[in-house]
Amino acid sequence: MIIDHPMLGPRDASEFTYLGDASLIDRPDWQADDAAEAFYEYGYLRDNPAGEHQELWYHEAGDRSWLVVTRNTLTHEISKVELARDVARARGRSK
Amino acid sequence: MRYSGFQVIKQALTGHKGWKPVWRDPAPKSHYDIVIIGGGGHGLATAHYLAKVYGQRRVAVVEKGWIGGGNVGRNTTIIRSNYLLDGNEHFYEFSLKLWEGLERDLNYNAMISQRGVLNLYHSDGQRDAYIRRGNAMILNGADAELLDADQVRKEHPYLNFDDARFPIKGGLAQRRGGTARHDAVAWGFARSADSHGVDIIQNCEVTGLRIENGKCLGVETSKGFIGADKVGCAVAGSSGRVMGMAGLRLPIESHVLQAFVSEGLKPVLPSVITYGAGHFYVSQSDKGGLVFGGDLDGYNSYAQRGNLPVVEDVCEGGMSLMPIIGRARLLRMWGGVMDMSMDGSPIIDRTPVDGLYFNGGWCYGGFKATPASGHCFAHLLARDAPHPVATAYRLDRFRTGRMIDEKGVGNQPNLH
Repeated sequence: MIIDHPMLGPRDASEFTYLGDASLIDRPDWQADDAAEAFYEYGYLRDNPAGEHQELWYHEAGDRSWLVVTRNTLTHEISKVELARDVARARGRSK
Repeated sequence: MRYSGFQVIKQALTGHKGWKPVWRDPAPKSHYDIVIIGGGGHGLATAHYLAKVYGQRRVAVVEKGWIGGGNVGRNTTIIRSNYLLDGNEHFYEFSLKLWEGLERDLNYNAMISQRGVLNLYHSDGQRDAYIRRGNAMILNGADAELLDADQVRKEHPYLNFDDARFPIKGGLAQRRGGTARHDAVAWGFARSADSHGVDIIQNCEVTGLRIENGKCLGVETSKGFIGADKVGCAVAGSSGRVMGMAGLRLPIESHVLQAFVSEGLKPVLPSVITYGAGHFYVSQSDKGGLVFGGDLDGYNSYAQRGNLPVVEDVCEGGMSLMPIIGRARLLRMWGGVMDMSMDGSPIIDRTPVDGLYFNGGWCYGGFKATPASGHCFAHLLARDAPHPVATAYRLDRFRTGRMIDEKGVGNQPNLH
């Protein structure tokens, strides 16, 4: 697989390590009343779709940026690559 | 028809005209007591034990494609029970004992060969970990034997003992482990289940689960609705897809695992060998092919095929462990989709939906578990209580902190 890095251009997937579903960006509020349940779902439950999947890749052997890659789990086709920081900021994190 | 040496001779003398189809091809009835989704090894084993051990007479297995076409036909055929943790070891030892009597139970030749499994160690720390594992196995009624380098060299003189970085210092052997012919396992369970009255319905895709007031009433399929008092889901690899029809999210990711077979060679490997310093394990099939595999590709996938970096990694492992493999040519490679659970251990449990039961999360250890998985799932379906050796495999163990994390890497499915 080739991941088209937004800043570095096309890079081989073997330069990256894989973390998992990009929902891991949405860390629950630890002070909320339902924090225990929210963290259980955050830590352990996954949508695991057959089809389009947004996921976190880390450019370990490169610039060490985190990317959100939109990839089809049935075909391995990559349709979109974004910097994870941009995605997180757009969702209102890291203010 | 009962298979025997006498039958083979009789059929040979009469032109092999008397062999009958091994299972029927029935149309689905409108209602069953128990419907099992998935005609793979685990689903068919569940049907066999439901009918034979638990006396259930109205059982159906519905399969999207043909039976045995999924992971039971894609694995590397190894059977063993060399686990460390209590929740796992007594289950896998129960499974190995079932394997030992399986061919007689099924009256079917599954080519079960207890040629032994040898896990190599390459450092003092790894040896100590294997001693601990071996002791845990013996405490749970399994067999384990620690070998030093000379003993391993006597049995496997072709290995690369004097590698500067990863010298072979010995190994942990389980002599009762070995291999089985995976297709025959699926066919044997199917034949036995069919002979006990189970309907095996192929080319019948489950398209939905009919759930009303929190109770599962049956399955919607490409051959129409099939009602059931209880529905058991045994579709590891696709668990997320099927349980998604019931609105459930699982502690599981689907990952692709590749396997390889070389051209047929003369007998060289007397047992199953795993490399302790890299991702490589190998055995030799009765046809002569070296059957080997390694690590997951590491990303979510339902594609049943992987990518080249892992092929390279596995072959490098093979070259560093047994350089003689370098002259063998690769015949085939393929991928299977694994239910990778959050702690690397399986799930056999009820679900929050009444009448819906789940069997999955087998990671890449599903084949060796086939008989015990079927036996325990049948127990759960028939008696509504977990089998004593499968009590740890609860669906809610992640919520309650009772993980069975054999490798100790936490909730990161691609590391198990």
